Formats: sequence, C-alpha cells, structure tokens
Amino acid sequence: MGQPVQRVEDQRFLRGQGKYVDDIAVGEHALHAAVLRSPHAHARILDIDVSDVLDLDGVHAVWTWDDLADLSAPMAEPLPLLIPHPTLINGRTQYALAKDEVNYMGEAIAFVVADDRYVAEDALARIRVDYELLTPVVGIAASRAAEHLVHEDVPGNVGARLEQENGDARAAIAQAPHTLTLDLDIERSSCQPMEGRGVVARWDADLNRLLAWSSTQTSTGVRAAIAVKLGLDLGQVDVITPDVGGGFGVKINHPWPEELLVPLAARALGRTVKYTEDRREHFIATAHERAQVQHIEVGFDDDGRLLGLNVEFWHDHGAYTPYGLIVPIITSTQLLGPYKPQSYRVVFESIYTNTVMVTPYRGAGRPQGCFAMERTMDAIAQYLGKDRTEVRAVNFIQPDEFPYDHGLIFQDGRELEYDSGDYPASLEKIKALVGWDEFPAYKAEMAAQGRQVGIGLACYVEGTGVGPYEGAHVHIETSGKVKVATGLTTQGQGHATVFAQLVADELGVRFEDVEVVTGDTRRMPYAVGTFASRAAVMSGSAIHLAAKRAKEKVLRIAADALEVDEKDLQIVDGVVSVKGLPEASIDLGTVSVLSNPLRYAFDEASKAATQFSVGDPGKPPVAEGDEPGLEGKDFYSPERATFASGMHAVIVETDPETAEITILKYAVVHDCGNLINPMVVEGQIHGGVAQGVGGALYERMAYDESGQLLNASFMDFLIPYVTEIPDGIAIDHLETPSPLNPLGIKGAGEAGVIPSAAVFASAIEDAEGFTIKAMPISPSELFHLRQSQEHR
Amino acid sequence: MTEERHTVRLHVNGHVYDAAVPARRLLSDALRHDLGLTGTHVGCEHGVCGACTVLLDGRPVRSCLILAVSVDGQEVTTVEGLTNEDGSLGPVQQAFLECHGLQCGFCTPGFLTTITAGLRDNPTPTHEEARDMIAGNLCRCTGYQNIVKAVERASVLQRAQRAKDATVVEEGAHRPSRDQVTEAGT
Repeated sequence: MGQPVQRVEDQRFLRGQGKYVDDIAVGEHALHAAVLRSPHAHARILDIDVSDVLDLDGVHAVWTWDDLADLSAPMAEPLPLLIPHPTLINGRTQYALAKDEVNYMGEAIAFVVADDRYVAEDALARIRVDYELLTPVVGIAASRAAEHLVHEDVPGNVGARLEQENGDARAAIAQAPHTLTLDLDIERSSCQPMEGRGVVARWDADLNRLLAWSSTQTSTGVRAAIAVKLGLDLGQVDVITPDVGGGFGVKINHPWPEELLVPLAARALGRTVKYTEDRREHFIATAHERAQVQHIEVGFDDDGRLLGLNVEFWHDHGAYTPYGLIVPIITSTQLLGPYKPQSYRVVFESIYTNTVMVTPYRGAGRPQGCFAMERTMDAIAQYLGKDRTEVRAVNFIQPDEFPYDHGLIFQDGRELEYDSGDYPASLEKIKALVGWDEFPAYKAEMAAQGRQVGIGLACYVEGTGVGPYEGAHVHIETSGKVKVATGLTTQGQGHATVFAQLVADELGVRFEDVEVVTGDTRRMPYAVGTFASRAAVMSGSAIHLAAKRAKEKVLRIAADALEVDEKDLQIVDGVVSVKGLPEASIDLGTVSVLSNPLRYAFDEASKAATQFSVGDPGKPPVAEGDEPGLEGKDFYSPERATFASGMHAVIVETDPETAEITILKYAVVHDCGNLINPMVVEGQIHGGVAQGVGGALYERMAYDESGQLLNASFMDFLIPYVTEIPDGIAIDHLETPSPLNPLGIKGAGEAGVIPSAAVFASAIEDAEGFTIKAMPISPSELFHLRQSQEHR
Repeated sequence: MTEERHTVRLHVNGHVYDAAVPARRLLSDALRHDLGLTGTHVGCEHGVCGACTVLLDGRPVRSCLILAVSVDGQEVTTVEGLTNEDGSLGPVQQAFLECHGLQCGFCTPGFLTTITAGLRDNPTPTHEEARDMIAGNLCRCTGYQNIVKAVERASVLQRAQRAKDATVVEEGAHRPSRDQVTEAGT
C-alpha cells in the first residue's frame, strides 16, 4: 500500500486485447439491435406502422410497446424508479419502448433485431410513426413558469420539493450585520465516456439460463432488473461487466431500455443479440447533468463569518426521474464544503423538462453546490475588501472539531457527519502551491505588459464511500495463486492493480500472484456498484477483510501442520514460515491442499490431502464451524460516508481583445486519506481536472426552444483535446486517514471535477473585475459580458 | 433483397485476409467484426475522437471514415500490430505502461497508432511537438498529462531500441525486423 505500482490491466489494453462489450460475441453471428428514437421532444404517438420492415431481408424482430406484454408482462410496465424518496411525490419513469407519448428527443419507440447493425438501421428508416406534437418545456425558466406541462398529471412540473434546515437561517440573516444575495446559473453537460453503453445477451435453452454482458457500473443491479422484467429467477441470470470504456456516472443508472430488450430478444429468438450505442444516441438518449438555477441569501459578520445561509435552487431533472433525488440532495448537503455556517436552510425543487433525463455525472451535484458556496465566499470577500482565503479560513471546521455533524441528512439517508479532515493545512498547501501571496505582484507585472491575469480558489468536501455495502471473496488455490472477486465494476480505475496490492500486503503473497475479478455476478453475487467514489473505500475494505479471513485460516492450518503456535508464524512471498526459523516452512499452495480433505488424489500434491493423510482420525475431517477450501469472504458496511476534501487554484489569462481564456497554472491539494497507489490517484485527479475544464469553459448541451439537441456530436459538443488542458497540473497530497474503515482511506474518483466551475469563475472574475454568475463561460460569452458591463 | 458483397484483400499487421463485405462496410467494422481484430475501437463514428485510428500504408487514418472496399491491397497496421516480434510491448506501448498513460483503455489504441506514426516522422519531438502529436485524439480519463509524458518516454525508448538494433546488425546477428518491415511498406 502506498506504492505507485504499474497497472496489471494495461498489458491487455496496450495490446488491443481488452474485452469491451462490443468485443464480445464477435465472429459468432450474433444478431444486432437498433432503436428507433423520437425526433420530437414532446409528442403523442398516434400510430406506428412497421409493415414495411417485415419484408426486409435479414430482419428478425421489430417490436413496439404493444409487443412487450406478450413477451413478458412486466416489460410493459414503466422502468423502475431506483431510489424512491418520500418527497418525490411525482416521480415518473419511461417505458422500455414509449407508450402513447414521448417526452424527450431520443426516447426509445421501436426496437429492431437484424443480421447486422447496418440492416437494423435500414429497418428503422422504414418504420412510420404518426405524432401529434405537444408543446415542449425546455429549460428551467419554462419549467418553473409551467405554462405547459411535461407530464399532464404533474402540476407545476415539480417532481419534488425538499427542505432542510439547521438553526433558523432566515432569522440569522435578518439580524446579521451584513447581507448579500446571489443568483447563479449552471448549464447541462454530460459524462461522455469514450465507450457508450452496450449490451450482449445469450440465452442458453439447454440450461434455461440467461447470460448478459453490459457496459454498466452495476452488474448486480442490471441482473436484478433483468430477472424481474423477464420473469426469471435471479439464479437464472448472470451478468458480467467486461472492460468498460469509461463511465463517469452515466452507466450507474439502470436498467436502460436496451439492457432489458436485448436479453428479451436473446430469449425470444434463441440467438446471441448485441446492442452498441452510437455517439449520437449517447447524446440524445443517455443521461445528462448539472443544470441548476440557484438563489442564495447570506448574512455574515465583519470577519466574513457565516451567520445564516439560505439557499433555494431549481434542479432540471429532465423528462424522468429514474435515479430519484440523489443529485439535488447532494448539491443541497455538499454545498457546505469545509465550512460551518451558524445556521443553514436549503430548499430545492426538482423539476421536469422535455429533455434527456438527469442522473449523476462525476461529482453528482457537488460541482453545483461548490459553485454556490464558493461564489458566496468570493462575494463576501469582495464586499468586505478581504483576501478570499481569509474569509474561507474563518469559516473552516477546525481539525479538533471532528467528527462534525451538520445537522442534515445526506444522500444515503444518514446524518451528514464529517469523519476527519484538516482544512487549514490544505489552505496553506494550496496557497504555497499556486503562489497565492506572490500573485498580486505578478498581476501588476502582467498588467504593465498589457496582459490581464486572475487567480481563483475553490474548496470542497466530498462524501465518498457510501454504503450500503460491498463484499469480497479471496481464494488461495492449490497452485498458491490467489483469486479475488468483488462485485462492483471497473471502468478504468485500475481496480485489478490496487485491490491486488491490498491482498498482497495483507496476505503476504507476491503481487503478481494475485488476480482480481470485478463485476461478475457469477463470482460475487452480492454487490452494489461503482459510483460516489466508493470502490476503493467499499471494495478495498471488503477485500482487506476477506484477505484477513483467508490469512487467519492459513495460519490455523499451517500452525497445525508445522506443529507450532500461530503467533510464531509469518507469511512472506507466499510461504508460511516460523519466525526466525525459515527452514520450518510450508507454501500457501500446500496449505490450500491441506485445507480441503480429499477422498481422491488427482495429482502428486493432492495425495497430501486424502483422508488417510490429513487430520486427527478421532475428529471429523472438516471441523465443526469450518469449511473445506482455503478461502476468505467478508463484507464491509460502514455506518456512514467518509469525507474527502481538497482545494483547487488556477491562474488564468483573459485576452483583452478576443476574450480567449488561457490557463497559466492549475494547482490541486487533495486529501483522500491514506493512498493505496499514488500514481492511480493522481491519474484520477488529472482526468477530473480535464473534465472540469471542459465543463467550465467548453461543454454545454445546446437545446433549442423546441427541445432539439443541436450539438449531439463530438464535432459540436466540445470535449477538450490536449490543447485545451493545462500543460502540467501541480498536485500536493494531504493524508488525513478516515477512522471509518480499516485502511483509513477515502474516495478519490470524482474530486478532480468538483471545484472546476467555481475556481474558473473566481479566476475570471479576478481577471476581469466584474462578477461571474453563470457557468460554463466561453470566450464569446465573456466578450458579451464585457460589453454589457461597459453599457452599465 | 440481399446486399451485394465485394471481395476485398486486406493486408493487416503483416497478414493477408480475404473478406466479402458490402460496399458500405466501414473499415473499422470490417477490422472488428469480419477480421475479429477488436483492438481498434469506435468512439464517435464521425472521425473526431480518433479512437479508431489505424495506419494505412503507414499514415494514420480514421478507420470509421473509410470504406473497407477502398483499401484493397493496402497495408493496414492496427494496435495489435504494434508489439515487438518477440511479443513484448513496442516502445510506444511500453511508454504508456510506464507513464500511466491510460485508464479505461478505450481511446488508447488510437493514441498508440497515432504516436507510432508521429514518432516515425519526428523521432525526437520537443515538449510542444509531443503535445501537438496527440492533439487530434480525445481521451476522457487521463487529462492527457501522462499521455504527453508517454510520447516523450516513447521517443527515448525507441531511440534506445534503434541504437541496440544497429549494434546487433553491426555484429551480424539476427536483426529484429518489425520496424523495418513496416517502414518498408510505407
């Protein structure tokens, strides 16, 4: 642990031997599926005519909603609302194929299975749909105005209203020496993993079982959904998550229509069926995130200390709410960051629009919360004429105040209680790293050259490693090799490496002898999924505990075999030996042989384990309470989330003529507790920062008033290339261990993206000298902002 | 109506494949689905992301924008063809491993082929040139930091390997030929 071990999974990726879902069932004449999607944002479906498809050569099935009930009754019901909440009184989910109405451009209407994707798309072009167009509701303003409704039976377009309060914020603001009001705006973006979604399914009629592969962040979730929707027993369904080409949140939502339709087709047709989402589909039919409008009222004292903070915001959740209120709940709670306002009230409305649904995207509501809080901090500093770091420092929760209870309920239904952190130390580090104190001189120097630069800072706290649990299974084979399985999935985080590090450490085996499998329900059927920066904390802890169980058994058997006390044994490089007496030793493979009393010897090694050679003849071969085999299994289920934190700072230059925004320096201080593999953690930060740069300066979903997504391609939606990303990101780590898990770790996956909008707004504001209220911001928007300032 | 198929001879990574494909079959699909070379990935289907980049007669091209029937007889190099003859990682691959230049690995094949061609044109790129070399490929995981490092590391590894090969040739011993063969094809 703590070493920058090179990744084992890279060998196959670098040779082109990765197995992503579209690489499954190649060359075995799998059938290919395609989906007809609504061209309209809001319409009633009057008629669907598929008659022209039927005589097309190579088409095996064409289904609309009308066909689903006959294939499996539950398929005709709406898709599940995964995370219900008492305040989500008007939750709505879509059907696998639209029934009577479509509510966003891209909603699935018909499903075709054909010999290949080309033919399947030919078939889609032959389906004729008659629509009655309805007025679309696009954008938060139109949704709030509610002149038109997304769902007829949802008044005011409001899915949920949730209020939480700690203290009396409105009274505190009324009595505060100073008050400010802010109105802020954040637009939509989306995850855009390089690999879209994909599903392959194979029905085995001989075994009466279904095997499905999905590019998902939860194979157990997909498995449960398939079983329910296809009317199968859970034990008839296996789901494997193969290599996944990035997730960033969007693949945690499930089941997507195709995750059910493909297995359904595989069973109905008795053939392997594959669906691979294309990029346009990923834009128009897979989830987005981020859009919020925020209204903040704050009361503070002469030092900038927060006396009362009252936040209202409106969260655009799109056309449906399959993932419940997780994103706005996270915004409303994680908004507090490292600070302790004396009173806090937050109320949000989660509202419908005729656009793609919203589910978590890396950060999951935190970037918006961070934006609200950090914009507020900057506004207070500006108002009081104080340094921005000073205002933050007076509001920090201090190191001796942990655990710190905010008096609110977090996204997992548990108290929002921070476990550990050291925010003053982080602030000192980030100031040093970016050169905060030296910046005014630099700014003056640049100004003398006619150049305009600004510095920004943003702080965040991230609840990571939420429950309910993860599990792990560690199996020491008779070869001495160690096979590890955990149920959550991997989409690029290097789990096969970092989890093997943990096992090698705990068990005393060579790193290269450990093989880790993730996301295969055949190997570990109990699991939750990979989201909320939870994999290292949850599965890492479970694997550590499972390795401990295996080690206990190793020592018990070895002590018996060597006739010594367990306490005198050590395990080094896969060999158990008596401390200080290395010749008294037994390798793990032999211990594994001994752990499984045999009747039949199948090779030389197993002769040692037959009933005539093992154990005390006066006792049962497998002791009471014990099991054959050298295995360890355990689960980790924490009381609550562990809270990582960090601070970003950036220096930007804005061109006085063109308003082009150039990043001169980007600095990150990051505290995710103890590091398992610093190389992997830094990689996560790099990627998060890049995604944050995209979200702050380039990426947005350009919907027109009719609900058409105008930039649904990589040509028009501007994901940063290397040319847009800072050349070098300065990173410093702080390691404040979590007391909540045995490894003292916290999650790291999402952190890099959380403060981006806030930190760029802060820096651009500093460069330009006027307030930035909306993100993302492009050069043309900055240019227009300048003009509107001049006209004031 | 059955689609008309055309016979096309594809030379990929030194092997010859005869395939019967419809005229509209993309090279990326032919490589992946007809030849089973799934190392080439498709990220956007319109030539922007670069994940599907392969070398066509040594030049990097987007295989999602090329029809398979149009490359009859031309030499195609995919990620599967970048390893050394003895099966070890080629210099660009090795550099990605050492520098943690990949996370999910999906865009990686396109970077590897692009950089292989880039370093052939410019074996000793400056830092700026290393950044430029990858400026047409999208990666959503790494923030490019370690990919730029990998370009620079690959340049070093490649020069070291060439120097070693040259010494071996001078000594008259067996000459590893993958690089030379590929170059002869260009």
